[in-house]
Amino acid sequence: MEFLTFKLDGDEFAVDVLKTREIVDLRSVTKVPQSPDFMLGVINLRGSVVPVIDLRLKFGMEKVDAGQSTSIVVMDVLVGAEKVIVGAMVDSVEEVMELDESQIEPAPRIGTRLNTEFIKGMGKQDEQFLIILDIDRVFSTDELAMVQGAAEQPAVAE
Amino acid sequence: MTMDQYAETFREETLELLSELEVGLLELEQNPEDVDVIGRVFRALHTVKGSAGMIGFDEISQFTHEVETVFELVRSGGLPVTGELVNLTLAARDIIKEMLDKNLGGESVDPEIADQLVAALRGLVPTQDDFSANGVAEAEELITSESEEATYHIRFRPPANIFHRGIQPQGLLQELSRLGTCRVIAQTDSIPRLDELDAELCYLYWDIILTTEHDEDRIHDVFIFVEDDCELKILPINEDLLAQSGEGGRLGDILVQHGDLSRDDLERVLQAQNKPKLGEVLVQAGVVTGAQLDVALEVQAEVKRQKQKREAVEESSSIRVRSEKLDSLVDLIGELVTVQARLSQTSAGQDDPVLNEIAEEVERLTWEMRDHILNIRMLPIGTTFSSFQRLVRDLSQELGKEAVLVTAGAETELDKTVIDRLGDPLVHLIRNSIDHGLESPEVRHKAGKPEQGTIFLSATHSGANVILEVRDDGGGINLNAIRERAKSRGLLTSEMETSEAELINLIFSPGFSTVGEVSSVSGRGVGMDVVKQAIDSLRGSIAVTSVEGKGTTFTIKLPLTLAIIDGLLVQVAGEKFVLPLSAVEECIELSRQDVASANNRNLIKVRGEIVPYLRLRERFRLNGKPPEIEQVVIAEAMGQRVGFAVDHVIGEHQTVIKALGQMYRDIKGLSGATILGDGTVALILDLPPLVQEAEADERILTDSVH
Repeated sequence: MEFLTFKLDGDEFAVDVLKTREIVDLRSVTKVPQSPDFMLGVINLRGSVVPVIDLRLKFGMEKVDAGQSTSIVVMDVLVGAEKVIVGAMVDSVEEVMELDESQIEPAPRIGTRLNTEFIKGMGKQDEQFLIILDIDRVFSTDELAMVQGAAEQPAVAE
Repeated sequence: MTMDQYAETFREETLELLSELEVGLLELEQNPEDVDVIGRVFRALHTVKGSAGMIGFDEISQFTHEVETVFELVRSGGLPVTGELVNLTLAARDIIKEMLDKNLGGESVDPEIADQLVAALRGLVPTQDDFSANGVAEAEELITSESEEATYHIRFRPPANIFHRGIQPQGLLQELSRLGTCRVIAQTDSIPRLDELDAELCYLYWDIILTTEHDEDRIHDVFIFVEDDCELKILPINEDLLAQSGEGGRLGDILVQHGDLSRDDLERVLQAQNKPKLGEVLVQAGVVTGAQLDVALEVQAEVKRQKQKREAVEESSSIRVRSEKLDSLVDLIGELVTVQARLSQTSAGQDDPVLNEIAEEVERLTWEMRDHILNIRMLPIGTTFSSFQRLVRDLSQELGKEAVLVTAGAETELDKTVIDRLGDPLVHLIRNSIDHGLESPEVRHKAGKPEQGTIFLSATHSGANVILEVRDDGGGINLNAIRERAKSRGLLTSEMETSEAELINLIFSPGFSTVGEVSSVSGRGVGMDVVKQAIDSLRGSIAVTSVEGKGTTFTIKLPLTLAIIDGLLVQVAGEKFVLPLSAVEECIELSRQDVASANNRNLIKVRGEIVPYLRLRERFRLNGKPPEIEQVVIAEAMGQRVGFAVDHVIGEHQTVIKALGQMYRDIKGLSGATILGDGTVALILDLPPLVQEAEADERILTDSVH
C-alpha cells in the first residue's frame, strides 16, 4: 500500500494515497461564520468551493502561523454516505512511501495524544513511526454535530 | 451501447410512455369517446410492448400485450371506455411500472395480481375467443397505415333538384365526417324570399373543412353519384397558409383563395380599415356574406390548429441528453463567468483599449451562453402536473370525497432541479387540500357548494420568479383550532395578541397538525414544516391565506434557476458577502448620529417608516470596529422589511452559486458560496434564517429581563 506522509507538530502522519487528490499551497481562505475553529473555511479550487480544516486544531495541537511549507492536502472523504472533497491544512508534506502489511501494526490505545478512533494503524520504517489516519473517521458525522452545536449558540449582541 | 445502456434508455422511454398513458387514461375518464386519446393510449401500450420485447423484458412485453389487446378492441369501436376499464388499465400501468423497477433491481411483482388483472380485463371483452392473436397483427397494420394528415376546404353546391333524385345531402355530409375531423358550415345566401321558395328545391350549399389522413380521391368517392351535376370544389389548404407567419394565415388571403373575394376588393376594404376586425368590415362593405366569412374563419382556426399540431410534433423531435451532462455544462459556464469577471476586472485596471474591447466581447458572449445553457435546463412544469391528476383521483376515492384537479400554466418553465425537488412538497399540499381542505360531499351539499370540490393548481411567471398556487374551495383553515392547538403545544400563550396572518402561519411550525385523528393520508407527523423546509431549500417562500368556508390558498414563490443569481456584494470587517438582489429594496447610510438618536436601538427610519435592522458584524461575530458611516441594505425577508448593516456596499455581482457542502450543512443563514473576480470566495446570505435567529435571540434577551 502507498501512503502520503505529512508532518504536524513534529509527528509524522500518513493517509492512503488513493484518498488524496492533490496538494496545493496555502491560499486565501474564507472563514464561514459560526463554525468551529478547526474548520478554517472554504477555498477556491479551480472554480470549486472546497472546505479546509486545520488538522493541528482538529487534533488539539497548538495553532501556529502558516509557514513556507504549510500546504493543503485535498482528499476524497466519505461523510455519511456522500463523497466530499475536503482540504486538510498540514505543516508540511513529506513523501509518498510504500508500506507492507507486515510494517503496519494496530493502533495503540494510549500514548498517541489522539482520539484512537482516528488511527488506522502505526507504520514502522527505519525505526521511525508513522500514524496512519482513518481520514473518513476524522471527518465523521460527530464533526457535523459540533458544527450544529456552534450554530445553535445564540449570538448575543456585545 | 452496452446492454445496460439500452436498458437505461428503455427505462427512461418507458417511464415517459407510462406517464403519457396515465394522462391519456385520465383524459378518457372525462371524455370516454375521444378517438384521439384512445389512439394515444393504444400507441403508448403498443410501444411499451414492442420495445420491451426487443430488449428481452418478456414479462413486461407479455403483460402489456394483454392490455393492448383490450385497447385494440376499444380503438376499433368494439368496446366502450368505462370507468372500470380505466381503473383496470391504470392498475395495469402500475404493474408495468413495478415490473420495470423489478427488472432494474426493484422488488418482484406478484404474478397472481398480474394474472387477476389480466383476467379482469379479459372479462370486459364481450366475446374474446382468441381474438388476442389476431388483434396484434391488425394493430400493427393500423399503425403502419397511418399517414400524414391534410386539411381540405370543400365547397359542395348540389343541384337545386337534388331531392328529386332521391339523394340526401345530409347522408353525404355524414359520410364525409367519418373520414376525419370535419366542420360543416351551411351557406344560406341563395335562399329566396319566402313567397318565392319552392320547398322541394335545395337552396343550401355547404362549406366543409375536413382534416383527414385520406387523400383527395377518397373525398371525391363520397360525391361519386352527384359529382357530375353539382358544383364541387376540393381545395387543399395549402402549405403557404401553414407556413405563413402570424396566426394561421390571414383572413383576407383565405377569402381570396376561395374566390369569395377579389384581391381588388380586399385592397379597397383594407385601406378603409382602421382598427376593427377585417372580417366585420368586409361584411359591412357587402363584399362577402356573413356565412362566407364564417367559412374563412373556420379555415383560419383549422390552419392554426394544424400549425400547433405541427409545432407539437417538432417539439417532440428533440434529443435526449442525460441531465448530468447538462449539470457539468452549468458548472463549466459558472467557471467561465468567474474567469470572465476576472478578465473584466483586470482589463478595467489597464489602459488598453484593445484589451478592454476583448473583455467586453467576452463578457457579452459569456452572458449569452449562460442564458442559453440555463434555458436548456428549463422544463415545462406540466410534466409534474399530470401525475397530480392521478393523485387527486386516487386520493379522493380513498377518502370518499369528490375532487377534481384543475391546472393552469402547465407550460411555465422552471429549472429541472427545481421541478424535481418540487414534486414532494406539491404532493403534500395537494394531499393536504383534499384531506383537510375539502369537506365531504354531504357537508358541501348543505353549504350550498357543488358536491365535487375543486383543487386549482397554477403556475405563472413573475419576473425572475415563478409563482405556484395550490387553491381549494373547501372549508378553509379553522383559526380557532389553530389557536387552541398552538396553545396546547406551547407555541402561543393565552395573553399573546396574534394577527390572523401570524396565526395562520403557525401551521408551518414543526409538529403542527390540527386534525384530531391521524388519517392514513396526511397528518402522519409529516407536516407543513417539511413543505416549508423543502421550499426554503429551493430559495423560495411559501405563504397561506384562507377564508373560512371559502377555501385555502397556498402560494409558493420560487426562483427560476438555482445556478446563477443576481447578487449585491457587500463587505463587513474585510469579509465579503453576497445578498440575493431579488430581495434587496434599497441601501441607506447609517451614521453614528443616527444610531445615537435611536437610543442605540437597531431601528432606522426609512422615509418615515421604522425598519429594524441587524448588524452582520454582530451576527457573525466578526472583529473590528464599524466605520463612521455604515450602510444598511433594506431587504424583504419573512414578509417584512429588514435592514442588514454592513461596512460597505460594493455593488452588483453576477453570482454563480456553489454549495457549501455536507461539512457546513447545519450552518444557518448561508445559502452557499461564490467565487469573486479576484479568485477569493464570498459567502451568500440566506436572509430568512438570519432574521429568524435574530428574532429568537431577542426573545431570549427580553425573557431574561423579565
